[in-house]
Amino acid sequence: MRRDILTGFLSMIILTILLGFAYPMLVTGVSQGIFPGKADGSLIKRNGVVVGSALIGQQFYEPVIGTNGKAETVKGVAVIQPDPRYFQTRPSGTGQPYVTGGTADNAAGSAFSNAGPNSVATRADDLANIQTYLKLEQPYDPGLSAATIPVDAVNSSASSVDPDISVANARIQAHRVAAVRHLPLSTVDALVARYTTARSLGFLGEPGVNVLELNLALDRGPGANS
Amino acid sequence: MTVNGWLQILAFCALLIILSPILGRYMAKVYSGERVFLTPIFGGAERLLLRCFFVDPKREQDWKSYAKSLIIFSLAGWIILYLVLRTASIQPWNNYAGVEFHAAPWDVTFNTVSSFLTNTNWQYYGGETTLTYLSQMLGLTVQNFVSAAVGICVAIALIRGIAGRSGKSLGNFYSDLVKTILYVLLPISFISALVLVSQGSLQNLSHYVSAHGISGLAQTIAMGPVASQEAIKMLGTNGGGFFNVNSAHPFENPNGFTNFFEMLLVLIIPASLVFTYGRMVASRRQSLAIFATMFVMFLGGVTVAYAAEAHGSPAQRAAGLVTGVRANSTGGNLEGKEQRFGIAGSAIFDVVTTVTSCGAVNSSIESYTGLGGAVPFANLSASEVIFGGVGTGLYSILLYVLLAVFIGGLMVGRTPEYLGKKIEAKEIKLVALGLLITPLTALFSTSLATASAAGRASIVATGPQGFSETFYAYLSQANNNGSAFAGYTGFIQPAAGNVGSHGVTFTDLLGGFTMLFARYAPILFALAVAGALAGKRVSPVGLGTMRTDNATFVVLLIGVIVLVGALTFFPALLLGPIVQALTGHLY
Repeated sequence: MRRDILTGFLSMIILTILLGFAYPMLVTGVSQGIFPGKADGSLIKRNGVVVGSALIGQQFYEPVIGTNGKAETVKGVAVIQPDPRYFQTRPSGTGQPYVTGGTADNAAGSAFSNAGPNSVATRADDLANIQTYLKLEQPYDPGLSAATIPVDAVNSSASSVDPDISVANARIQAHRVAAVRHLPLSTVDALVARYTTARSLGFLGEPGVNVLELNLALDRGPGANS
Repeated sequence: MTVNGWLQILAFCALLIILSPILGRYMAKVYSGERVFLTPIFGGAERLLLRCFFVDPKREQDWKSYAKSLIIFSLAGWIILYLVLRTASIQPWNNYAGVEFHAAPWDVTFNTVSSFLTNTNWQYYGGETTLTYLSQMLGLTVQNFVSAAVGICVAIALIRGIAGRSGKSLGNFYSDLVKTILYVLLPISFISALVLVSQGSLQNLSHYVSAHGISGLAQTIAMGPVASQEAIKMLGTNGGGFFNVNSAHPFENPNGFTNFFEMLLVLIIPASLVFTYGRMVASRRQSLAIFATMFVMFLGGVTVAYAAEAHGSPAQRAAGLVTGVRANSTGGNLEGKEQRFGIAGSAIFDVVTTVTSCGAVNSSIESYTGLGGAVPFANLSASEVIFGGVGTGLYSILLYVLLAVFIGGLMVGRTPEYLGKKIEAKEIKLVALGLLITPLTALFSTSLATASAAGRASIVATGPQGFSETFYAYLSQANNNGSAFAGYTGFIQPAAGNVGSHGVTFTDLLGGFTMLFARYAPILFALAVAGALAGKRVSPVGLGTMRTDNATFVVLLIGVIVLVGALTFFPALLLGPIVQALTGHLY
């Protein structure tokens, strides 16, 4: 029996070193050697500053400026709203991009919305997201109604940091972005097409428009090289 | 539903059918002690490890000795994991998130430790806000390997019992354990981790990154050694995420290809073990019959889940959304699902991870429609025999096979026999106990949690969804699955790093004991069955022998699985998911 116990603990300790240290360290070393950018999170830099990750969605918001010309605050927190110059990501569980008054973006605390299929609260969230979307987009796309909004613009994502939106969603937002930035719609649509990730191998998953990369391209100017 | 969605389902099934006989054959060679192509590389390490453990691999063990080694090994694993997780505050790299990480409270840790030891990987922890890199590596990654290996060992021991022609030996536990890790889990995980990194999965030991978003908002981006854990998390049907949202997180599962790849990792070993079995009992037709049984039930689940999610939810329709497929939009119930996976990629993943004991999620199961959410319920109710967990799936379905043989024998009025061995009163008692313990534990814990105020404190949703949450929690933990209607919680964490966090003690402990009991009791019964069968004489096949390798038997086996699952769980299922599926009412 004592020998059995010795074997049990000894084997667990040795396996812990092998599988819990040697294996992940080896994978880290090899990954850093072969795929350094990807292993470090596919970070995107602009003028030497990290602005985000190509794989992590972020919010494109601006402070709300009050009638007195100063940024509005509620209990010391700046009130923010979607920045109309940018394409907007999907609603998320950690912060509601379509609700003003959100706080700083935390992509280090992912969470599900856990909104149930038969829940009054889910309907309320959906209704609120539809209203916010219509308020933002309808002035530039008069034909838009609740029935024509794509589901990804209203339903919150799983990860709360979904980097993509559907092409249908991007095409609607393109009207606003083109108008606000004084660009031809065809130019913005072309950028949308350029930053659409196709299905893997042509059939796996769904196509999605990478919102951060698209917005960065807009800031560079439609004529600039990527 | 779209043509492209079905194309993904067909491609997945085709690849599984092609690959699993190949890996199955390889594993049969490994466990029969034959030379394989990795023997020159790992043979030395195998002998060295066993010597360091003070184990003589030639020492054959009967079922009691095999079980004793397994239990002591697991106990050591429990204690070491508990120590690793509780010492977070003195570990290096514990402040890489910008705040210092402290250990989760004792009750939450009790739940997490029991969960990883039993291959459940239930998450009352939040990954990136709770666990240090060292806890993830030395703790969770290690148990991802060894809990999977333990499951496979039990399956191999049961196969040896059924196949055994002489004596009572079931092999040597530590020898099987080391073989599983070195020849199967470690090489596949290593290559898979690199594949995942090549697609964008993280693998570093860096500080969390502070990004300056382009509209001026600061964003914190979590880092860590993700891919090395992700690979074994899927391959070992473990399912505990590095991140809170598990495989929905882009750093765990970056695109449509990785989603497909991870699903294949989950099913490959459970499916291959069926063919390993066929080779070790020298009957390919037996494995085909079992594979067919699993495959039919799997495909049924995928079809229902995909159709239900593509249809959309009552809440969406009430809000005025139109959920049909249209140009450039997937449509359907996209609540709690990622754009890059869409409806099909989420629905298949959901079924793959709930038929097995994986429990990883790439979408929020709590947000699935009533019918779509009923599929994981049904999968769990079938006691994880539709491919099932690594090893657990095979030994559980073999118990069902013995039960079906017994029922078939009663029908034709002959002494039931399986592969020439008589199934007698002793074996069938052990089989029945082994099969009933899991559902009974699930129902007992659910009733306890529903009937007590302490249990109801963990519920988030209202109406039938609240019961669904509770029922799913204990069904999932009893089946060692680990997926969740994630609103149900046993851990209150106001801020990252666990300052001021506390557990819901009742829920954490009930869940922990549910997992431990429903894992080790069936293992002991499976090993006891193996022991009882090992020494039996083999009688020659006669005219009256009931065939167990034809379509009739497949139908009988499916019937027995569905009947046992349905009779046990139907009343409870009525109260939750079925009510939700039948009504458009909002609660």
